[in-house]
Amino acid sequence: MSVSTYPSRPALNGDVPDRDARGLDAADRAIVLATQAGLPLVPDPWGAVGREVGMSGEAVLERMQAMLARGVIRRVAAVPNHYRLGYVANGMTVWDVDDAHIARLGREVAAIEGVSHCYRRPRHLPHWPYNLFAMLHGRSVDEVERQVAVLSERLGEACRDHRILYSSRILKKTGLRLAGARPGAASTDTEPRS
Amino acid sequence: MTLDDLDAADRRLINRLQDGLPLVARPYAAVAEELGIAEGDLLGRLARLREGGVLSRFGPMYHAERLGGGLTLAALAVPESDFDRVSEAVNAFPEVAHNYRREHELNMWFVLATETPDRIAETIAGIEAATGLTVFNMPKEEEFHVRLHLPV
Repeated sequence: MSVSTYPSRPALNGDVPDRDARGLDAADRAIVLATQAGLPLVPDPWGAVGREVGMSGEAVLERMQAMLARGVIRRVAAVPNHYRLGYVANGMTVWDVDDAHIARLGREVAAIEGVSHCYRRPRHLPHWPYNLFAMLHGRSVDEVERQVAVLSERLGEACRDHRILYSSRILKKTGLRLAGARPGAASTDTEPRS
Repeated sequence: MTLDDLDAADRRLINRLQDGLPLVARPYAAVAEELGIAEGDLLGRLARLREGGVLSRFGPMYHAERLGGGLTLAALAVPESDFDRVSEAVNAFPEVAHNYRREHELNMWFVLATETPDRIAETIAGIEAATGLTVFNMPKEEEFHVRLHLPV
């Protein structure tokens, strides 16, 4: 097993209603636009961003700290290319879990090593009975299947059925365009990627 | 650039920076000190890893909905004979951020990201009109975990 995960931080990962956490002002928005393609690789990145948006480096840093605290920024981090790091098996696993238990079981599954993204989503009966999605990443299909066995055991009888949907072709992968009409690079990690 | 091109310091840097950069005055210097390397060495390595494609990006990860945008995952059941046409039609929408083929009756899965939440429904209607297929919209109802970490 080679993927590790971190405990969710509840204040940032679900307990804060999204509508209450918005409220970007023009200065925040300018910082988002200036950094969504990446943070400058210079000793004082805040100063470099500040020069672009007409603020001091101190002000940029304070605003980014505040956005982190509000969950607008999840973290400032390196995003690896799965394939280049040897994670060639990336499976979207989907589970049909009893609604009465999904809130508890979803949190338990999310804490299992190897799960990167985990969400509850609506069923579309009769075509699609699955309401729990968990993204798994492994160096081989075998590794992903071993992770699936662990999840399956944890869900037990509350889970009626499951599937692993491997991605077989990337049809499009461009950036999300957020917070302005100006195109920017991908800057969120809220959805399955494989 | 592949795994074989990484030395021990590169690997420690990748593992450390997946956890997140501290938001302090000289953040790279702080991480460099933790790892026992010089700030300039760290910046050079990070630039090389980004340019070499080992890192897709380095910077703030924004929470789309908290920025005021709309975000959803959606799927289509596309007839095999029509797959390329539908793929082209779906990808033509600028709101489609990622699109993957997956092996299932629902064989096309894409993420829609829009400037406002209202635009999601309009975009779905547009995709249905362009493809003649029903879009299965699967917005997240609850987020249990988002934290990708791939140790090297």
